[in-house]
Amino acid sequence: MQPIDAAAVQEALDRFANRDVYIHLETTNGAYASHHNERFFSAGAYIRNVRIRFTRGKITGPGPYRVGLKLQIGWVYAEGLTHWEWTNEGQLLLAGHDYEGKLAVALELSDTPFA
Amino acid sequence: MKERHVLVVFPHPDDEAFGVSGTIAQHVQNGTPVTYACLTLGEMGRHMGVPPFANRETLPHIRKQELEEACRILGIHDLRLLGYRDKTVEFEDEEELADRIAAILAETNPSLVITFYPGYSVHPDHDACGAAVIRALKRWPKEERPTVHCVAFAKNCEQDLGQPDVIRDVSPVIETKLAAIRAHRSQTEGLMQAASKRGDALAWLKTERFWTYRWDD
Ligand SMILES: [Zn+2]
Repeated sequence: MQPIDAAAVQEALDRFANRDVYIHLETTNGAYASHHNERFFSAGAYIRNVRIRFTRGKITGPGPYRVGLKLQIGWVYAEGLTHWEWTNEGQLLLAGHDYEGKLAVALELSDTPFA
Repeated sequence: MKERHVLVVFPHPDDEAFGVSGTIAQHVQNGTPVTYACLTLGEMGRHMGVPPFANRETLPHIRKQELEEACRILGIHDLRLLGYRDKTVEFEDEEELADRIAAILAETNPSLVITFYPGYSVHPDHDACGAAVIRALKRWPKEERPTVHCVAFAKNCEQDLGQPDVIRDVSPVIETKLAAIRAHRSQTEGLMQAASKRGDALAWLKTERFWTYRWDD
């Protein structure tokens, strides 16, 4: 993955707007966060291969970046994004890696279901 | 100085509580009407009461009631709820958002606007809110624009903006201010309890600080 180029990501988001797309969205502290630090409350969630349609997608922030997707009656949102990639299959992958380089958040869009 | 009309624009129902509610109470006391435009209902807040009495779905209803109670205490008779969603203001279309605020500006014709200083207010909703107010006002000729007093609390705000140029002593209305803060019970109860244990709550609440917005056009 490459460090995010906000203008390029904005262009990619625009290409996915107003049509059915599959989403993967995830936040994670890792399975060991509470093991390593008992005072740390570990929490996370993910959804995968949920089909959505957004009317406007926007990337903001000075980096780490935030992305919001406005749906007909809802929102998708991720913050802490640092890296991106366009795959050969035309999938847009966005990820946020923490100060140790570990994945903390992922937001991915695809025209076809993720494998 | 007595203002003709004060317009307060913030994104979250308790944004006025700690830093502006004393100023609002003083304007109301002076006979100045105050309009408060609040962009969201703070739907994504993380303070749910201790122990939690709100949940994700009830929180906006609770915060709306708390805001209405705070307005009643402060003497704000014109509360506008704009219906945006917490944590999404920055993703809205900037022109559309400015249109909504411009309409309220045109209708209320305030002599003073209070909002967040764009770029210096930490939460993306705060920055986007302040930016929308500035965008709306820039449509007016410079000499016709009302004064804009901004709240800012980013770490670099004094370094970049200098010292706040408006310092208000709100100790004469401190009881009203405290009541308005307490009205936002879901968001402030824990904070106020912690502050009263430390015994330093009153001192910093007696002063409110603003930066007059400097036009760059
Ligand atoms: Zn706020």
